[in-house]
Amino acid sequence: MTHPLLAVRDLHVTFGLDEGTVKAVDGVSFDVLPGQVVGIVGESGCGKSVTMRSILQLVDEPGRIKSGEILFQSRQQDGSAGPIIDLAKLDRRGQKMRAIRGAEIGLIPQEPMAAFSPVHTVGDQIIEAIQLHARQWRGDGNTLSRADARSIVVDLFRDVGISMPEQRVDSYSWQLSGGLRQRAMIAMALSCKPRLLIADEPTTAIDVTTQAQVLALLRDLQRKYGMAIIFITHDLGVIAQMANQVVVMYLGRVVEQGPVDAIFHAPKHPYTRALLRSIPSIAGETQTALPTISGTLPHPFNRPSGCPYHPRCDERNSPLCSQQVPDLYPLANGQSASCFLHVGQGDQV
Amino acid sequence: MVSSAEKITQPLLQIRHLQKFFPITAGFFRKTVGHVRAVDDVSFDVYEGETLGLVGESGCGKTTTSRCVLRAVDPTAGEILFKRKNGEMIDLTKLTRDELQPLRAEIQMIFQDPFGSLNPRMTIFDNVGEPLLVSGMTNRRDRMDRVAELLKLVGLRPEFMHRFPHAFSGGQRQRIGIARALSTDPRLVVADEPVSALDVSVQAQVLNLLLELRARLNLTFLFVAHDLSVVRHISDRVAVMYVGQIVELAPTKLLYGRPRHPYTSALMQAVPVPDPRISFGEATLKGEVPSPANPPSGCYFHPRCSFATDRCKSERPELREVVPGHHVRCHFADELTLATAFSH
Repeated sequence: MTHPLLAVRDLHVTFGLDEGTVKAVDGVSFDVLPGQVVGIVGESGCGKSVTMRSILQLVDEPGRIKSGEILFQSRQQDGSAGPIIDLAKLDRRGQKMRAIRGAEIGLIPQEPMAAFSPVHTVGDQIIEAIQLHARQWRGDGNTLSRADARSIVVDLFRDVGISMPEQRVDSYSWQLSGGLRQRAMIAMALSCKPRLLIADEPTTAIDVTTQAQVLALLRDLQRKYGMAIIFITHDLGVIAQMANQVVVMYLGRVVEQGPVDAIFHAPKHPYTRALLRSIPSIAGETQTALPTISGTLPHPFNRPSGCPYHPRCDERNSPLCSQQVPDLYPLANGQSASCFLHVGQGDQV
Repeated sequence: MVSSAEKITQPLLQIRHLQKFFPITAGFFRKTVGHVRAVDDVSFDVYEGETLGLVGESGCGKTTTSRCVLRAVDPTAGEILFKRKNGEMIDLTKLTRDELQPLRAEIQMIFQDPFGSLNPRMTIFDNVGEPLLVSGMTNRRDRMDRVAELLKLVGLRPEFMHRFPHAFSGGQRQRIGIARALSTDPRLVVADEPVSALDVSVQAQVLNLLLELRARLNLTFLFVAHDLSVVRHISDRVAVMYVGQIVELAPTKLLYGRPRHPYTSALMQAVPVPDPRISFGEATLKGEVPSPANPPSGCYFHPRCSFATDRCKSERPELREVVPGHHVRCHFADELTLATAFSH
């Protein structure tokens, strides 16, 4: 079996507010294998973005990682496997975390307009990152000259499909269109040859035809560089087209995970099923009532007891649902679901 | 195929050659150096009881068109004819602010952002009741009764009227926004991206509510959105806009079943299908949407169109009826066989 590149184990992230403590992430575990595209899907407030920010140690105050492990397979200077580092234990401002953030793990944020500084050219900002992580480009640990870094940026811009890369390096982010800006952001995320790329809703702010171009680009680059991607989105269409493995989250917990085909064609958790039914299809019946999920998302201070989904669940079948939090039960085909419907089924390890 | 609404009823709204240009200014004296042609010769009808969907990408002019109907922006040229209750057609563009006032009750709007569209310092009663107050219902008791009735209509408990917007979730706030839009018994409701800020499961609830209200109150909707699946689900007819112009307008089934404009087809193929077994084609549309300040010659779509010929570069196509009810702005609409959402 391949060793996971990243293994998140029973992660808990809480936000201590005046009114009480919000459990934003409540016991999340999943693996990312090298070269795999893992899609994380869930509605607002499910904890998907906080989980990703924890991996990079970017959770803002008053949030903090309360417990759990984020095991990352580090890389030696010569490219061979290094020790496994628990990112959750690192100091967020420390040398070690800063060497990993941006270099080993890249991030494509949701809003490219807000992610670039408007007072520096996009080229300067990427050159800075490359010079900072020169080790990723030079094995000998020496620094990179500005001219060398600049030529790397021009090559990257060409790679991500930016026309006239020599000129565009010197543009400011506000001079670029939405699509170009997102491409420049992708170039920045790739600039230090990360082995794991976290894409947090990378296409939510852009139009559908541009989205199609960006998704195709990400797929090509993933094949070319062989990196793993964690793809966070609320768009089930994007997940279906991009991911190999899918993690479905609800109220800070993983409710189901498995290979993409199984999630879409044989979903095992009532929430996944309900979510899939509620999207208007481009081919289904029109002007009819869509199946909905009853009730509303509970307030974060008012988490239900037992299974977090039980008050809205239409397949609730046991008194256990309101008393006990179900584990993530492993099922056949590498799928697992956190629901008492599946106790004792499948190949329990 | 003609939609049932079209056969039996008259247009409630007729838009004729609508234009809205925004000036581009430069220099100290703010001299006008050009124009953004946000809406560039748009004509369509909205029949009583139907839902017309207006789709397109950002900057295509769909929102500006809808705002012109409300006179939230004043059009540069064109006519917006609205049928009053007494059957008289009135041109909204010619009216003064005072003359427009009584019509405000008849045309209402549902906004995109459920967080920005409710005043956070006003209770739900004040938010929903304000249009009633403006249109002359000065008795507080009457307004309370009406607000309670409206909240029930949109699936909220009447007791909620004394709370403030912050106590509600996005989906609930959107319901409140809908209640406010319906408070004055409008005949035309302009909904600008009413579900795009909502999560999938909440989006389904709000779409169901809109469908139910439309049937119950015989409402007419101008539904502006960018999500093709949502527009298909709710609309009787759909108009596709590109760089300030309508490129295709047809009954929903015809448009989605057989798109006749290359842009519509490309737009449909760009939507990622929520099924991993249907593989996603390569991005069919290259390049970017041209700037409405400096649109291309001839057909605005020709630089990105894979079927473009020399004629497309020089001669601008008109929106013409290719088969009954199906209007297309393309020289080759009769000859092309284009892919739909499923053929990739």
